[in-house]
Amino acid sequence: MAHAAEPVLILAVALNFVALGVSRLRPVIHGVALQGALLGILPFLTHPEIGLRGGLLVGGTVALKGLVIPALLFRAMREANIQHEVQPVVGFIASLVLGAVGTGLAFVSASTLPLADEHTNALVVPASLSTVLTGFLMLTTRRKAIMQVVGYLILENGIFLFGLLLVEAMPFLVEIGVLLDLFTGVFVMGIIIHHINREFAAAGTEQLSELKD
Amino acid sequence: MGMALRIGTHLLLAFALPPLLLGVINKTKALFAGRSGSPLLQPYYDLIKLFRKGSVISETTSWLFFAGPVVGLVTAALAALLIPLPDAIAPFSFTGDLILLLYLLALGRFFTAAAALDTGSPFEGMGAAREVTFACLAEPAIFLGLLVLAKLSGSLRLADLLGGSLASHWVTGAASLALVLLSWFIVLLAENCRIPFDDPNTHLELTMIHEVMVLDHSGPALGAILYGASLKLFVFSALVVRLALPVATGSALIDWPVFVSGLLGVAVLIGVVESTMARLRLTHVPVLLVAACLLSAFGIILLVR
Amino acid sequence: MACALLLFPLAMAGITFVAPSNRRRPWLLPLGALGHLALVGWAVLGCGHPVSGLGGWLALDALGKVVLGLLSLLFFLCSLYAPGYLTLRAERPNRVFCATLFVALAMMTLVTLAHHLGLTWVAMEATTLATAPLLYFNHNARSLEATWKYLLIGSVGIALALFGSFFLAYSSLKAGLEPTLLFGELIASAPRLSPPWLHAAFVLLFVGYGTKMGLAPLHTWKPDAYGEAPGLVGTLLAGGVTSCAFIALLRVYQICHASAEADFARGLMVLMGLVSMAVAAVFLVRQRDFKRMLAYSSVEHMGILVLGIGLGGPAVYGALLHLINNGLAKGVLFLSAGNIHRACGSKGTEDATGAIRRVPLSGALFLAGFLAITGSPPFGPFVSEFTIASAALGSGQFVAGALFLVLLGVVFVGMGKTVLSVVQGRPAETADAGGFHDGPGTGVPVLLFMALVVLLGVYVPGPLEELLREAAGAVEVRR
Repeated sequence: MAHAAEPVLILAVALNFVALGVSRLRPVIHGVALQGALLGILPFLTHPEIGLRGGLLVGGTVALKGLVIPALLFRAMREANIQHEVQPVVGFIASLVLGAVGTGLAFVSASTLPLADEHTNALVVPASLSTVLTGFLMLTTRRKAIMQVVGYLILENGIFLFGLLLVEAMPFLVEIGVLLDLFTGVFVMGIIIHHINREFAAAGTEQLSELKD
Repeated sequence: MGMALRIGTHLLLAFALPPLLLGVINKTKALFAGRSGSPLLQPYYDLIKLFRKGSVISETTSWLFFAGPVVGLVTAALAALLIPLPDAIAPFSFTGDLILLLYLLALGRFFTAAAALDTGSPFEGMGAAREVTFACLAEPAIFLGLLVLAKLSGSLRLADLLGGSLASHWVTGAASLALVLLSWFIVLLAENCRIPFDDPNTHLELTMIHEVMVLDHSGPALGAILYGASLKLFVFSALVVRLALPVATGSALIDWPVFVSGLLGVAVLIGVVESTMARLRLTHVPVLLVAACLLSAFGIILLVR
Repeated sequence: MACALLLFPLAMAGITFVAPSNRRRPWLLPLGALGHLALVGWAVLGCGHPVSGLGGWLALDALGKVVLGLLSLLFFLCSLYAPGYLTLRAERPNRVFCATLFVALAMMTLVTLAHHLGLTWVAMEATTLATAPLLYFNHNARSLEATWKYLLIGSVGIALALFGSFFLAYSSLKAGLEPTLLFGELIASAPRLSPPWLHAAFVLLFVGYGTKMGLAPLHTWKPDAYGEAPGLVGTLLAGGVTSCAFIALLRVYQICHASAEADFARGLMVLMGLVSMAVAAVFLVRQRDFKRMLAYSSVEHMGILVLGIGLGGPAVYGALLHLINNGLAKGVLFLSAGNIHRACGSKGTEDATGAIRRVPLSGALFLAGFLAITGSPPFGPFVSEFTIASAALGSGQFVAGALFLVLLGVVFVGMGKTVLSVVQGRPAETADAGGFHDGPGTGVPVLLFMALVVLLGVYVPGPLEELLREAAGAVEVRR
């Protein structure tokens, strides 16, 4: 992994903490958008010779993760008329600490994983694991539907990071799969949130509890 | 440069410059607001005025009430003597002086809070409680940052941590040091009662943290407090500037002016932050401080990985 | 050929979308389904050469033939039900519904055909997205909640499955080989794959595809989704989508087996299979909503499938046979439940009673379907469950076998209470749904499903048995 990728990866991991600790939705969505855009340009930084096809893919990823999906989320925010996350199931400080513990564990254990020789010192594996853990944490502990979708986006970013280890050897089908998943998933989720807002007063999933045993 | 001359410059800078930093901050804020604001040397005039005034002392206070400003001033002055300025040798320097630095600051804070509690006024008690809570969260951030520097340089003397080899450490551990720098800047804002933690210009006691602790002091005591606060700002700014601009060419004519302009730059930056941000809700302040701690912790993790 | 199997339903989707008449559009469904069934029949039975496409990325092997045949048959019978159903719901526009049905069929076909695990994943994800609008057909708050949970949990599961696929590719990279997700290459190089990455990949893929199958503890979307979906969508989900997730899981299991890492996988599968059955059994007792009851029954049967594969040996044949039996029996249950729901105007056991008097055919078929799905002779599931049980006891896994039988019994009792209170008794006067009666459109498909279930219970046709044995042999391939 090239040296140029390191600060980008560290910034991406730092953005995880922004998502965990901030209660206003707007900065969180901006943070995740920035994270997605940074990850989008990573293949370009690590393999500058990827050519036209790779360049198009990089551009598409950045546009999708950095512009389109945040725009959808902002629109959902406007429709649902919410600006803040209420106190989540696990409080903000506890979320930050849990995220930090997870990140620490990811970094420490990544050195013990049996990685291929060229990847042993890369920051990509621990960054990927910590981002996946952060995404999971957000997905399971937040109450607002939009924050859960943001958690899902962070989870996807983490998985995408891991896929970067394979980018030189495997065709880009994998990346395209991630993009397709992301785009259609969030697109459909955006529509669902829109409908949720119409049916209920605000997009809070604690109200989605009518169906239970 | 001769030893006496060097120490003399250090003392001059440490004791004459700090109120100017306050003046620069206020001037920057005024310029942002479109005013011309008070003169740059206003804090000096304020100090002179205060030292010439008489004091009004509450009858319910004890010796602690006097001890507060005095100890605050003395500890801040001693801390200023521990910080290695550009020539990398402070007037006092020994192994483990970084721990003494932290403890001096803590001691000053303790006595200020105790003096506030001594007055028996609810406002000051509330301010003391808040100040101490936030300090609990801010201290680990500095400490962890110092740990990063100690790991990189392999020594426990401030002179080595912030000395000439820092420039080479920036090449190898850039990410960690960048995180520590950001974390220290946040702590600087917290410890010196700047926005987004505390608004120095508020006149509503319920919203104050530091200002309310010193509400009952007047005259020379208040002057001592003001000067001590500016010294504390100097100490933290010096730490940040030494970390950010590790210039150690060995030539005094380059190092010192770079350092002074760095200090003024930090003051301008604080002014900019104060002008562009609003104060955080009180319940969100711990989140930001914990984030600062985590940034430093992350810096350490990157090093030991 | 393989591409034709995919393009035909997509073309039908396009045609259905532009068809103008809301009344006539549903009739395109049986038409398209018949065409797809014919193509599948030719590919499975008649076609002499192996079906493949896209340079080896698509291929139809024995396992794929089993699932594809089941899918196409299910879809065909459901499509016979569709016109009658949609006529009753004539107030709702069915353009998106009908077109999405074909898209879902195409994507499910793709899962069975895909021989590149990345493509399998893409197809599975597309199936999730294609079936979501179908769930939301009723456009009310409850179905919205069900769709939201389905999408959210399903997407998380799919994301984990992608992570697992990456680990799988990395296991071949770590072994020093060209990293690949092509099934054939992975099977061939399986013994050399790096074990820790393979284990981690299996766990993640099991969790991910298990979410789509509806295994406990990630089954929480199932009661809501199956409870709120229209009957024929429920059949497709319970019989079709879960089978697709099952085949995706089996592909990974095949790789594990070929690399001699099967013991770890089998232990996990036996455990999670029993857990799913237990969870289903707990929730089936005193279930007040008969459509949610069907969802828990589906959880139970997914557990049985996974248990069968985990036990190994003849139980694998039993599990594959059970796949077919379960799909068909669920067809009976969901469609007749849909009819009863319409007739009684409610899904709860307080209001829906006396079904056998109100809608005699559907009531009787619902009762028969209940007997079938809980494993009574002479129905199909009895044969497959018996095979699995005897394989468990015969191979010395007494604990698993005993738990299996006990849980089957608990499920029988639990479901029986709900079903009998729906079917028997006097029709409640409060429940009135505008006079729905059994008609040919809504009755004949259910009868056909039932006939097939009975057929498979009495006699497994020779070609089918051969195909199942071949597929079971492929699952347990040993290098």
